[in-house]
Amino acid sequence: MISLSDIPARGGSPFTRSMGLFVLLLLTAPFWLEPIGLYQYLGMEIAIWILFALGFNLLFGYAGLHSFGHGAYLGIGAYAFGLFQQNVTLNLWGGLLAAIAAATLAGAIVGAFVSHRRGIYFALMTIAFGQVFWFAAIKLHSVTGGEDGLLGIPRPNLVVGPLKLDISDNRTLYWFVTIVLLVAVLALWRLVNAPFGRVLQAIRQNETRARFVGYNVWLIKWLTFVVSAGFAGLAGGLFAMAQESAYPDVMSLHQSGLIVMMVLVGGGLVSFWGPVFGVLLYFIARDIIGGLTETWLLWFGLMFVIMVMVRPEGLAGLFHVLRTCLPPGPRKAVGPAAHPGRA
Amino acid sequence: MTLFKARNIQKRFGARVVLENISLSVEEGTVHGIMGPNGAGKTTCFHVLTGFYPPDDGRITFEGHDITGRKPHQIARLGISRSFQIMNLFDDTVVIENVILALPDFRALSFNVTRNVFDDITLVDRALEVLDRVGLADRAWQKAASLSYGNRRALEIAVALAADPRIVFLDEPTSGLGAEATLRLMELIRNLREAYTIVIIEHDMRFLFELADTISVIHWGQVIAEDTPAALRANKWVARSALGDVA
Repeated sequence: MISLSDIPARGGSPFTRSMGLFVLLLLTAPFWLEPIGLYQYLGMEIAIWILFALGFNLLFGYAGLHSFGHGAYLGIGAYAFGLFQQNVTLNLWGGLLAAIAAATLAGAIVGAFVSHRRGIYFALMTIAFGQVFWFAAIKLHSVTGGEDGLLGIPRPNLVVGPLKLDISDNRTLYWFVTIVLLVAVLALWRLVNAPFGRVLQAIRQNETRARFVGYNVWLIKWLTFVVSAGFAGLAGGLFAMAQESAYPDVMSLHQSGLIVMMVLVGGGLVSFWGPVFGVLLYFIARDIIGGLTETWLLWFGLMFVIMVMVRPEGLAGLFHVLRTCLPPGPRKAVGPAAHPGRA
Repeated sequence: MTLFKARNIQKRFGARVVLENISLSVEEGTVHGIMGPNGAGKTTCFHVLTGFYPPDDGRITFEGHDITGRKPHQIARLGISRSFQIMNLFDDTVVIENVILALPDFRALSFNVTRNVFDDITLVDRALEVLDRVGLADRAWQKAASLSYGNRRALEIAVALAADPRIVFLDEPTSGLGAEATLRLMELIRNLREAYTIVIIEHDMRFLFELADTISVIHWGQVIAEDTPAALRANKWVARSALGDVA
């Protein structure tokens, strides 16, 4: 089976063909979404979920820490954004910072409890904490608005220096989300291609060995949990803006399971881009199969089952296999070839 | 000079006392062997000495500093390296990355996010040197999981050496190896004694008696004898036990 650690000497430059294609799709989406029968809001929803999924995969795919309660941090971000707009001041950056800060803080607390575990115990504890936050969101009526959630969260103006831009319509908000997503993708790309990313993968492969060559495994796991929660918080802030509301469903167990499913189906275990495929597949299934039949989730679920049985590495793994079946084209040198005279 | 010292180590798991009273001292530049029958507590002893388990009682010192109860990563950073009887490698990745991850210079970069993994060619060179030492340099870019059992044993040692240790603990390095691979590994360890202080658990007694400067015999969770191989051969306790046959 292939894995994320297969390519030992990836150059680390973000200017790859996949990145080019990704950017191209993002930047052109508003122009072709409607002509092909879809709608602007979908683009924004997908971009937000990609942000959530890529940040989640840092934990799930790279560090091999299977969190099943990550929806909580998406929700916390959404609530924090909404509460900031409604109770502090109407400010875009302030709201997003509050979203990141709240999710990071929650991640730091939960991370401190779960980081000495892995496997089933880690998974169960993340579920338990996820449920605590979800329950709190429902019961803390005076703060969160209970089951209705926070309604009518405004989309504040984008202010950069003297520049002030109204981003209240879906199309302009899409551009803003896209820029945030691109910055986040570059940051995550940097992170996983830096020594830090390799250490994460080392911990996934063998925690004991990592500990005995001198890595503070607990600290690194905790940090990854916190960073991943922070990205989820940012996605949550954007989600609150997109939905103009925040409600308990955002952080439900269902949502947490959904992100796991997307990342698995897409191939987050074997590729940086896996989660992107997973998110795209889910939304395409929802909107296209969903347009044909009400039972689209049944078909998506079946697809998930087949995928896990036939190709557990997900879509990215499938593409990898297809590519290696084709005659090899000119490929960038990795391994010894990248270090001439050193093999 | 005594580099590593354990005094009256005790380790219990529930009601079961695995290590009753273990005292060892390892002189710098020597090879210290540990032998004993199956279930005597040899591996548990290693686990306690390298921080895998905290001892319930006793004191461990390294270079005169008390390291009792420190975490594995803290102990590793002091220059105490170990291999495992049940192999512990980074299997998804290539051989050389197993070694690079263990280099202290790479570890110093572990929170660095501004550079690329293999930017620093000196790390690759340093890792290749270590691999060359155990005879794996030409397999540097193979996947660790694809190595033969004997080569995986050698890589296990390479990872321990990469940390630039003052003392290396080897837990049954020849376990599970065929005769030829055992010979090759013995040769390797023989070469290592020039450069490192080594503590070694080994079930191959001939090998241990030939290589070690001092041997501790562990039985029933205690050190029942500690002496040079020559003196141990004459020891009536050792001679009477099953171990006496090979000794």
